[in-house]
Amino acid sequence: MAKIILPDGKTIEVKGPREIRAILRRLNILENTVLIVRGDELLTPDRMIEDDDTIELIPVISGGSLEVSHL
Amino acid sequence: MKCRICRETAVIALPRHNSAFCKEHFLDFFKRQVQRAIREFRMFSRKDRILVCVSGGKDSLTLWHILHELNYDTTGLYIDLGIGEYSKRSRRLCEDMAKSLGRELKVVEFSKAVAPIKDLARAAKRTDCSTCGVVKRYYFNKVALEEGYNVVATGHNLDDEAARLLGNLLRWQLEFVQKQYPVLEEEKGLKRKVKPLCRLTEQEIAAYAFLNRITYLRDECPMSHDSTSLLYKEALNRIELQSPGTKHFFYLQFLYRKRKGNLKGLSENAAVEPDGAETGDSKGGPFQCRVCGLPSSGQICSFCKITGYLDKSDQTPYEHA
Ligand code: SF4
Ligand SMILES: [Zn+2]
Ligand SMILES: [Zn+2]
Repeated sequence: MAKIILPDGKTIEVKGPREIRAILRRLNILENTVLIVRGDELLTPDRMIEDDDTIELIPVISGGSLEVSHL
Repeated sequence: MKCRICRETAVIALPRHNSAFCKEHFLDFFKRQVQRAIREFRMFSRKDRILVCVSGGKDSLTLWHILHELNYDTTGLYIDLGIGEYSKRSRRLCEDMAKSLGRELKVVEFSKAVAPIKDLARAAKRTDCSTCGVVKRYYFNKVALEEGYNVVATGHNLDDEAARLLGNLLRWQLEFVQKQYPVLEEEKGLKRKVKPLCRLTEQEIAAYAFLNRITYLRDECPMSHDSTSLLYKEALNRIELQSPGTKHFFYLQFLYRKRKGNLKGLSENAAVEPDGAETGDSKGGPFQCRVCGLPSSGQICSFCKITGYLDKSDQTPYEHA
């Protein structure tokens, strides 16, 4: 099984091999709102994950306020 | 996916540019986008002294990193707002970045010298974020004025700006729409403000930070309760996935039309008075604040007005920075 660390920090397991894009769709995670990380590698959503892989989905969207100086 | 340039395995897909890039070519692309924004909106040159406002998040630390890479003269500015652990950790990350770049970081000890933001907001009966906004704008400008920086740079990105534009249009806040631009020229004693990351998405910025091993604070500010910004960003990202390029087009075309003057007259009949969020202290005036002497839109600037609510008669809050 492959391990996937979700943007909220929870972990799920998925049977490989599987295309990352399909996993994101099933989890209802928009491709353009996360980085897909394996170790020190960045992956595109068309890559396959295999059993034994650990993939982290790092959220990239920051909220904050619409205040102009929120950084 | 393969890199469009060298056919190596890509690390990021950029559907809006119909591209995918390997690490090396993505970093090239990123640099070019920043340079292009600086050039096309005439932000600054290598002769300018730039004050980079850093918060410890990915956008501001990336901004500092890339401007340094591009050989601009930068100094970091961190304002300690006294938001508990969050402030402690974010400050440390800014200090680490200063060290690794070999550049100076200026720190304004706002919470020690005046009050933590939360207390000030309570005293002034304002929301945390609007109080925070006044304080940050005030120091960006004060430090720049007093220490001879001619440009103040912030890490706002394409998603931030597109979400803001959408929000302003949804509410027909045309005054704000009229003012929204990645460069606010120096006027009425307020220094020029620029947003050099305005052509880059949050995902691209996060990728740049990851590939450059920039450690940033992923947590949100614990006082950010307002989720409208997230809602607009998500709506735009959903559209973007189905129809790549829409978000970029929405915002950049707005800027290009504006630059050409095609949006003139947009706010002539604006019915609603702005509440100062985009204009900050720059509407009206120019006056000199009677309390602190800095440029102001009224007799007393917003900063001195709100800090005046703190009952600290023995201490002048504005003399510490
Ligand atoms: S979320 Fe609000 S309080 Fe926190 S940094 Fe942003 S503007 Fe300031
Ligand atoms: Zn390449
Ligand atoms: Zn003042």
